[in-house]
Amino acid sequence: MTDAAFFTEVLIPALLKGGVVSLQLIALAAPFGLLAGIAIAIGRTYGGRVVSGLCHGYIIFFKGCPLLLLLFILYFGLPSLGITLPAFVAAVIGFILCNGAYNSEYIRGALLSVKEGQMIAAQALGMSRWQAIRHIILPQALRRAIPGVSNEFIYLIKYSSLAYLITVTELTGAAKIVAAKYFAYFEAFALVGIFYLILVSIATVAVGVLEKRLAIPGFSGK
Amino acid sequence: MDIIIILLDWIPYLFLGLLQTLGLVLASLAVGLIFGLPMALGQIYGNRLIKSVISVYVWFFRGLPVIVLLFLFFFGIFPSLNMSSVPPFVVAVVVLGLRGAAYQSQIFRGAIQSISEGQMTAARSLGMTRFQAIRHVILPQALRIALPGWSNEYPTVLTDTAICYAIGVQELLTRATYMVAQTYITMPIYLAIAGVYILLNYAGMKALNMLEKKTSIPGFGQGAL
Repeated sequence: MTDAAFFTEVLIPALLKGGVVSLQLIALAAPFGLLAGIAIAIGRTYGGRVVSGLCHGYIIFFKGCPLLLLLFILYFGLPSLGITLPAFVAAVIGFILCNGAYNSEYIRGALLSVKEGQMIAAQALGMSRWQAIRHIILPQALRRAIPGVSNEFIYLIKYSSLAYLITVTELTGAAKIVAAKYFAYFEAFALVGIFYLILVSIATVAVGVLEKRLAIPGFSGK
Repeated sequence: MDIIIILLDWIPYLFLGLLQTLGLVLASLAVGLIFGLPMALGQIYGNRLIKSVISVYVWFFRGLPVIVLLFLFFFGIFPSLNMSSVPPFVVAVVVLGLRGAAYQSQIFRGAIQSISEGQMTAARSLGMTRFQAIRHVILPQALRIALPGWSNEYPTVLTDTAICYAIGVQELLTRATYMVAQTYITMPIYLAIAGVYILLNYAGMKALNMLEKKTSIPGFGQGAL
């Protein structure tokens, strides 16, 4: 096979296939990771002693445990307890748990940055605590959390590559398979690198646009 | 009880993995520091060419997943330089170190840029050279400001060392998976290893916080900025 044919007929189609799986992983994990982050941040900030303690414990565990180990626990460990997950599902769950822990720290910081007086004012107007969080605090806090959360989103794109190590044939896995079969490691991983750089660069621009579009004129967040 | 006895048998084996993990963390942080700080200086004070070369470097190493970098270096770059006999541990230190340099350079850059430009002007007007001003006026302040951000590199690098499993570095996770394969005990081993990582994370952060307190100058700190 000529060099050009190797690229156009073998490598690129394989990578595109793997890329679709990567995108599926990211698209499934990102929204739920955000929701998990919001829930944990609210629990940690406004919860009682028990809820707040549990949320803190969650953050310590999932931020301290390497993501790869977490994936091994979900994919290779859980079957010993009678729970067998398909590799793709295990990967998505692992990403959500980990992404949620990191997101929650940014969101908590943003929640705390909204002045306490706003909660008091909202409650004085007859809102319940939950209503105040939902309609007053969160809309402001989430905007302030965008830079941190979008950083974590970009991390998620890159760390989605770890799914390969629990047998999900995503972008990195597809490259590894082609590389081993044709002994073309350099070409395969250089091209995969370009794929990731493109993905990350698009995501960086996209979150910048999102941040601008969601900004409220005259409300800088500072 | 059997499980505990088996696990105790394996402790020396795991301990060697722990040493490898710690070695990876320390070596990578050190490489990152040695390259990251000059890169930050180059990106601020360098000419246009230096600036753009460093920006591309940072974009490259921050844009790629660790595992892709590990594979690229281990299977691609090192063998093509006729260095396929280089042990995986060294490849891992090179990759994590070069990647760390990209991240660390941005931490240092932010810290240096947070110091008002007037200080450089003042130092120059007192007869200091540009280098002297950086060395004696800017850096002593900037490094202190950078320390909290720099401390956050530690847990990142620590958790990233686990990915070096992919190229067969004999670190904690690699040894744990070998142990799982040999003993058929899964969850207790994985959870114990997770506990070790969490403890390392906690202990390291405590140590770095102490360093932050120790190096702080009274009256100069978060409030002073």
